[in-house]
Amino acid sequence: MTRATLARLFAAIVVLTVVIAVPMTQIHWDGTQASSQADQIDTLLNVMIVLSSFVFAVVLVMLGYCIWKYRAKPGDESDGEPIHGNTKLEVAWTVIPTVIVLFGAIYSWIVLGDIETKAADALPVNVTAQQYKWTFNYPLPNGQSVSSNKLVVPSGRQLDLHLTSLDVIHSFWVPEWRIKRDLVPAGEGGNDIDNTVRVTPDRLGTYNVVCTELCGFGHATMRALVQVVPSDQFASWLAKQPRVKPQAGTATGSSTGSPSEYSNGSPTGGP
Amino acid sequence: MVAALKRPGLGRAALGGLLGFGFGYGLVVVLRLISGLPATQTAQTGYPQLIVGMITAAFGFLIGLGAFDYWFRWAAGAPTYPAELEHKAHGAHSWRDYFKFNTDHKVIGIQYICTTFVFFFIGGAMAMIMRTELAQPGTQIVEPGTFNSLFSAHAAIMIFVFVIPVFAGIANYVLPLMIGAPDMAFPRLNALSFWMLPIAGLLFVGSFLAPGGGFDAGWTGYAPLSTGAPLGQSFFNLGVQFAGASSVATALNFLVTIITMRAPGMNFWRLPLLVWANLSTSLLVVAATPFIAGVQFMVLFDRLLHTNFFQELNGGDVLSYQHIFWFYSHPAVYIMMLPGFGIVSEVISTHARKPIFGYRLMALALIGIIVLSYTVWAHHMFVSGMFAWLRIPMMITTLLIAVPTGIKIFSWLATLFGSKLHLRSTAMLFALGFIVTFTIGGISGVMLGMVPIDIHVSDTYFIVAHIHFVLFGGSVFTIFAGIYHWFPKMTGRMYDERLGRVHFWLTLVGMLGTFVPMHWIGMEGMPRRVADYSAQFGDWNLLISCFSFLLGAAQLIFLYNMIVSWKWGPLAGDNPWRARTIEWLVSSPPPIFNFDQIPRVVGGPYEYGVPGARHAILGPAEAEVGAAEPAVAGSAGTGPT
Repeated sequence: MTRATLARLFAAIVVLTVVIAVPMTQIHWDGTQASSQADQIDTLLNVMIVLSSFVFAVVLVMLGYCIWKYRAKPGDESDGEPIHGNTKLEVAWTVIPTVIVLFGAIYSWIVLGDIETKAADALPVNVTAQQYKWTFNYPLPNGQSVSSNKLVVPSGRQLDLHLTSLDVIHSFWVPEWRIKRDLVPAGEGGNDIDNTVRVTPDRLGTYNVVCTELCGFGHATMRALVQVVPSDQFASWLAKQPRVKPQAGTATGSSTGSPSEYSNGSPTGGP
Repeated sequence: MVAALKRPGLGRAALGGLLGFGFGYGLVVVLRLISGLPATQTAQTGYPQLIVGMITAAFGFLIGLGAFDYWFRWAAGAPTYPAELEHKAHGAHSWRDYFKFNTDHKVIGIQYICTTFVFFFIGGAMAMIMRTELAQPGTQIVEPGTFNSLFSAHAAIMIFVFVIPVFAGIANYVLPLMIGAPDMAFPRLNALSFWMLPIAGLLFVGSFLAPGGGFDAGWTGYAPLSTGAPLGQSFFNLGVQFAGASSVATALNFLVTIITMRAPGMNFWRLPLLVWANLSTSLLVVAATPFIAGVQFMVLFDRLLHTNFFQELNGGDVLSYQHIFWFYSHPAVYIMMLPGFGIVSEVISTHARKPIFGYRLMALALIGIIVLSYTVWAHHMFVSGMFAWLRIPMMITTLLIAVPTGIKIFSWLATLFGSKLHLRSTAMLFALGFIVTFTIGGISGVMLGMVPIDIHVSDTYFIVAHIHFVLFGGSVFTIFAGIYHWFPKMTGRMYDERLGRVHFWLTLVGMLGTFVPMHWIGMEGMPRRVADYSAQFGDWNLLISCFSFLLGAAQLIFLYNMIVSWKWGPLAGDNPWRARTIEWLVSSPPPIFNFDQIPRVVGGPYEYGVPGARHAILGPAEAEVGAAEPAVAGSAGTGPT
């Protein structure tokens, strides 16, 4: 291959990379950003889209070039050049992808650390799932709590969500927040399940909690309303809600399900 | 009639199945009555009389079929086995032999391929029903519970009784020929492996008849949803045992065959890459498959015997199900992909008329993939609530596994470089199409490997898109490439290339149209495994459904082409692609014992363009000296009888 062909192929790869990457990064694939975590995750996604576009462009250009250039003429039954390999090239396409994916790993690790950092003033909310409904419980300083079937939260303050399931595995997801975590049923001792997830809503509006772990025939419609409101509005909403006295043994915040609730949910699940 | 039921065959197998079921059912009833319990138990996680009955029915079926006849005689100390009986069960003399217990690897290969394609069309029909339901938001044609059973069965059927075994079928046919062996190392075990497969498939399909409907906890069957699900779940637990046992026995067979039965001169660096691929796959199967077999038994025991593996209120641990399940099921992704890599290497090298670029690195990349694939399973569990720090090492290994996979893609492209590329074979179209679609699946896989992105898109339609780019754009494309490539060898006839091309282009367009938009709606907020969805996704889903119907219809063209060409296609000749590997040196279809004389291997498998280079020589050595292109085809007559 001549130097000029090589340059033309490289140019084609660059052009195709730009053609794919520019529109792909302009579209907000993940939809509305409504948490302070969302922006970092979407930026990571966009960086990956650019790198992926390059890799995909390399494959498409080389494939297209070979089909165009080396397609056998009708009747040509001879063999191609007996090239068995090229050590330099093979080392290159081992090392370069390794560097790219390790960059991706370190970048992801940094983003993960950032989005999971706990804020000092985080608002604790206990989230309880059961077939097929959500319950949100706000512990109050005086030992009482507020229970609601919609998640009303103040804007701009980190939420410290404690997740519990009463029957099978469910999963808490608000697409606009980009945050998801399974709610795992656990017995005494909790089986070392990481049941805390943090997110900082920063955009006023109404969203949905979507259950994303198959939990039975009602899985598709297992949703709850999320309202992100200004913090003074949240305070007045909370003040207006009826108080519930927590039962013994549930004050730790890691579990909102009272013992009697456990026996209501069928431990084996199923319809 | 009575005589027919005494001979090994499907008649006696049906009788054996019935007697086996009666025995198992009766045993449970009698034991229950002796213990003072009601005769039957019909709690939804129970039905011991049916479960035991189904297990004994399966063994009764296999015994009736004749799978154990030889071993029973041998165990009973019978001195010899009548030779005429032995040879009767080896090789196909008429179409009826394909419906019997047969020890010829070529018959078994075709039995595998035809059976698995039956399940491919059943699983595909389920997908069509699901896409019809999903064409609009709301509930139209199936209830949400039935919908859950449909996608669970679709996945279980496609994975356990289509993709994994169809590769075993293709390799069964081709691999012994490729290494110059007269058959597999253990022909009877090979036949038994095949006949366990329809049992698994029947259990998956038959679960829809169970009280409470088919299994509906997904093919992943996460506890505790599965431990409390209706009876259909037990059908899944049992089906996986038979599919798994079949897989493990076949993998052992491949390993022993590849290691001990290579023709003289066939050292490991002369093995065709399809053989390397099946060697790697088999290493994965024998070590990983026992984990899914074990975990499905644990679920069955929780359901039936009140063990507490996953009953959280009784000290069980829900998350451990996922760890054990994925410790198999991630390597399973490579079990479903590596044989396809092998097929693509054969097809590309043959139709590009060039040696595979970087042959040794290609083989080593396979080994790299199998080693890494054991260290990545928990990337399916980034949002599961597992030990948080475990996400980091699992992310790094997951991303690193893209490196050996990338090596393979780049090496195939480099193989095309400087080639004499022929696009006349549909096999080559599917192999080149695979490079594009599988690259997309690999790219989305790298994105999913990154924890922050995975947190957002896991359990959404993005996952559905990714898995289908890998399993359809990856595995199924290579399966089609393999079927088209070896169809002339297996049947002796040529398929219709024009219909093949139509099949390829419709499949490619249907596939892209179906699965590309799924990425978008997943990222925007549509969860997977839902019968109903938010109205905002209605237009996209309608479009996806339309393309999926195109995709489904295209497969009917394939079916028509295969059936008609098998019967009426023009004769193909021994080596229509002018390939170099050994299976093309014998007649099409090959004689019953493959070779009159064991071939001698004298060079690498892909020495296209190297003057005077040969891979293998058939027939007496002196006859071949100096012959550039000897007429070896005629030397393979009928095998010894």
